[in-house]
Amino acid sequence: MLSAQSFGGPGKMKEYHYTGAVENRFSPYAFNGGTVLAVAGEDFAIVASDTRLSEGYSIHSRDSPKCYKLTDTTVIGCSGFHGDCLTLTKIIDARLKMYKHSNNKTMTSGAIAAMLSTILYGRRFFPYYVYNIIGGLDEEGKGAVYSFDPVGSYQRDTYKAGGSASAMLQPLLDNQIGFKNMEGVQHVPLTQEKAVQLVKDVFISAAERDVYTGDALRICIVTKEGINEQTIPLRKD
Amino acid sequence: MDHRRELSQEISRKGVYNFPFASSESVPLPFPMGHGTTTLAFLFQGGVLAAADTRSSCSGLVACPAAQKILPIHSHLVGTTSGTSADCALWKRILSRELRLYQLRHGRRLSTGGAAKLLSHMLHPFKGTELCVAATLCGWDGGDFSGPGLFYVCSDGTRLEGKLFSVGSGSPYAYSILDQGVRWGLTVEEATSIAREAVYRATHRDAYSGNFVDIYHVTPNGWTRRTREDLKEEYYREKERRRLERERRGTTSSE
Repeated sequence: MLSAQSFGGPGKMKEYHYTGAVENRFSPYAFNGGTVLAVAGEDFAIVASDTRLSEGYSIHSRDSPKCYKLTDTTVIGCSGFHGDCLTLTKIIDARLKMYKHSNNKTMTSGAIAAMLSTILYGRRFFPYYVYNIIGGLDEEGKGAVYSFDPVGSYQRDTYKAGGSASAMLQPLLDNQIGFKNMEGVQHVPLTQEKAVQLVKDVFISAAERDVYTGDALRICIVTKEGINEQTIPLRKD
Repeated sequence: MDHRRELSQEISRKGVYNFPFASSESVPLPFPMGHGTTTLAFLFQGGVLAAADTRSSCSGLVACPAAQKILPIHSHLVGTTSGTSADCALWKRILSRELRLYQLRHGRRLSTGGAAKLLSHMLHPFKGTELCVAATLCGWDGGDFSGPGLFYVCSDGTRLEGKLFSVGSGSPYAYSILDQGVRWGLTVEEATSIAREAVYRATHRDAYSGNFVDIYHVTPNGWTRRTREDLKEEYYREKERRRLERERRGTTSSE
């Protein structure tokens, strides 16, 4: 509601100011920043995240990675509100254990994705403020990436970026991995070395332009031999 | 906080809500939900044809350019989805489960109208909340009442039977193409071509629709899916057709 005290005298204009009622509410959500990225290859999957935990103008931690190992063949990346990320990963771990004890087998990546969708939708009217991306190997040993929205809509992709710099990274991945928006280019399948190098380059670029991304990059490479983790430093400013 | 506790006690006593966290004051969300689409479905002599675009948008950002908006529910029923993507995906899944249970208990498939009624009744307790599902169920019924079925179900409580529906932000544009061309006597090829054209025109004008078009065809033998087509190709095909048309007419135009 703007006040109409705009004209104070002949030719003079006073400043506008707000005169209505203001309601300040406690918000149960906070935005802690961070970017997550996952790429699926022929026989590998890569899940990468930065390690900066921020809130507003402050950095809470420079060493808070957003990739969580779920099983030997599945890694999840969670960015958004850190409190909900922690609770969600605890719930997923508990459900994985329950499944293991009831069915005497480890959950597959596709099954974890379907379960996460129902867990997220169970809170449809007070959602987990988390952008999830699951990366892992499917039952045939091929790389699989499942990307989610905060209320549980998901689908299988080849690559996906989520979190604060996702709008910057996704077009770059569309171009470099999906060969989109280019004419007359040969589509070479993605090797593991090229994928890791691409992920590093892409995060370095994200750290340049997004204030919530930086400090260090944690890469988890999932292959049938297991999960290999690397940490690469990024800009700290 | 006393009034909130009383309200939630009253709600659980009446047993209306399944979710214990539903309260009268909703929490303001810090992120946008996925919305915006063009879907359509119509009946013709060859069965039911359903078509949809594949752009999933979140207030200005294209969250997914290759989403799937037509979901198969069972072998003879598909549903187009419009509204919030998570709501549509999960409720379709719940509907598939309930229809399968019905089939196991009663030994026959539920009709399209029955499935529509089931979905409508399942969504009714959430009327007034921010749930947003607008689906058309396209199926072929077996048994005594054999024939195609097309129903529109919406989370505000609407349930309509019809021969032609288009749902979503791009539906006005799609309706104009469909109203011009859809007749009962179309062949499958003609029907597919009209459906593709309708989605193409809608994606051209509506910012929230775009990318590819999915077409599903339901017959007495079940549903079949055409390969997803890039509408960019359709755009270039049309430019080529117009160019040839101009050459044929022999007029020189500066374009």
